[in-house]
Amino acid sequence: MFDFLEGYDVLGAFWTTVQLTLLSAVGSLVLGTLLAAMRVSPVPLMRGFGAAYVNIVRNIPLTVIIVFTSLGLSNIFGVALGAADDFDTKFFRLAVLGLSAYTATFVCEALRSGINTVPVGQAEAARALGLSFTQVLTLIVLPQAFRTVIGPLTNVLIALTKNTTVAAAIGVAEAALLMKEMIENEAQLLLIATIFALGFVVLTLPTGLLLGWLGKRLAVKR
Amino acid sequence: MSSVLYDTPGPRAKRRNLILSVVFAVVLVLALWWTWQTMSDAGQTEGAKWTPFVEGAAWTTYLLPGLGNTLKAAALAMIIALPLGAALGIARMSDHKWVRVPAAVIVEFFRAIPVLLLMVFANQFYSDYTGIESDSRPLYAVVTGLVLYNASVLAEIVRAGILSLPKGQTEAAQAIGMRKTQVMTSILLPQAVTAMLPAIVSQLVVIVKDTALGGAMLNFTELLNARKTLAANYANVIPSFIVVAVIYIVLNFILTSLASWLESRLRRSKKSTGAVLGAEEVADLNAPGEVVGVHGADPGARAGGGTAAAQGDGRTPH
Repeated sequence: MFDFLEGYDVLGAFWTTVQLTLLSAVGSLVLGTLLAAMRVSPVPLMRGFGAAYVNIVRNIPLTVIIVFTSLGLSNIFGVALGAADDFDTKFFRLAVLGLSAYTATFVCEALRSGINTVPVGQAEAARALGLSFTQVLTLIVLPQAFRTVIGPLTNVLIALTKNTTVAAAIGVAEAALLMKEMIENEAQLLLIATIFALGFVVLTLPTGLLLGWLGKRLAVKR
Repeated sequence: MSSVLYDTPGPRAKRRNLILSVVFAVVLVLALWWTWQTMSDAGQTEGAKWTPFVEGAAWTTYLLPGLGNTLKAAALAMIIALPLGAALGIARMSDHKWVRVPAAVIVEFFRAIPVLLLMVFANQFYSDYTGIESDSRPLYAVVTGLVLYNASVLAEIVRAGILSLPKGQTEAAQAIGMRKTQVMTSILLPQAVTAMLPAIVSQLVVIVKDTALGGAMLNFTELLNARKTLAANYANVIPSFIVVAVIYIVLNFILTSLASWLESRLRRSKKSTGAVLGAEEVADLNAPGEVVGVHGADPGARAGGGTAAAQGDGRTPH
């Protein structure tokens, strides 16, 4: 019954999906935190840049961004991310870059609303002790903000997992691309689709449950 | 401008902020300069690459038909997904287990898998089992994928809207002898629908962005796909990307503004007893396995004093 699986590396494709997800998650977390810090910083130019970046990038479809990393960044600007000869690695890295740049805007907005939930007294007390803006943010406000936004960030991570399929648009050999190839060549349409759908359910549901539990445990009780 | 995160700048802080501004500006200008240089080396800054957008040929032949298809797919998907979503959302709150459980499974399943998978599957399904012509198949596939996914998100929006209504509404309706269907159709749904309007409009942004998937993967001739043909004709990769991105940004900005206008308007008027669902609530619904109605129950709770001056509208990436 499962003969058609021969010759296809389904697990390998899902492993690429997992790698795309994890690397982009780290990338977007770093970039998103930087953007959030910029958006609440005392320097007007940085605030403006942060706001402009978030509002522009968030409103462009991810597909457009991913296709641009290949046709624009790679072909016109010559960005190869250290893998000019190895096409598979290059497009994988470009996809991670595109996914991180896009997801960072959502991380930034989630963090910013998290910063909002930290009581005013916390920052006021920190300033009264003579802490600088960077110290107030990194020692007092952000640690509390992160703990309250684990829930929203989990949703961002799950959406990111699903969004990695867009990398298929530039030929990264992840799950969606393999599924497209398989259903075009094999006859078992429903069976193949079910396998891939269940693969994503297996990836997303435990993430939601695990991080949801973690979020409740780590939430700052007020 | 001051915030609770930092003191009102004195002379030293002002100087430091100025230095930081200058450094940041220099970095930005350098980045822009490099972008411009590389673009002109590739011949992308020539006037000839931009003139098609001014003269209108690019618009009438490529971009407007593409945009038309984007809007057509988005509108169709929303119109079909709304009643389906409402039905699923109500079914999920049914008193009968055999209705409630399957509805819940369907909703959670379709929210957990990527839209692209649904579109690719629908495309192949129509090709194998139906006689839909190959010209119109991508549109059918895109709309089907969008409907399956968004109906389940809308089901959660409907459910959150109805759950946010005070219990007294149901109790009062039952007290005057209404049946379950009557309570739902004459009391709960009308109030929930107004409360859900901003959330529904916000979901349109997600739908519009997802139509681009069909352009890239199924050769559906929407805006992103039209850009490809356009750039093949005029060799203007970067200008065409910029123009297409601006169209998407403007379109989504209009939808987002409409949603927040509706949200603030509905929060002010007291026509509904329920909480108004805004973009923030929709964000959570686009990920599976999330408990519904967490913020929805009390919109006033997050208006309270926060640390940062600004309020994020936390949407999920789509």
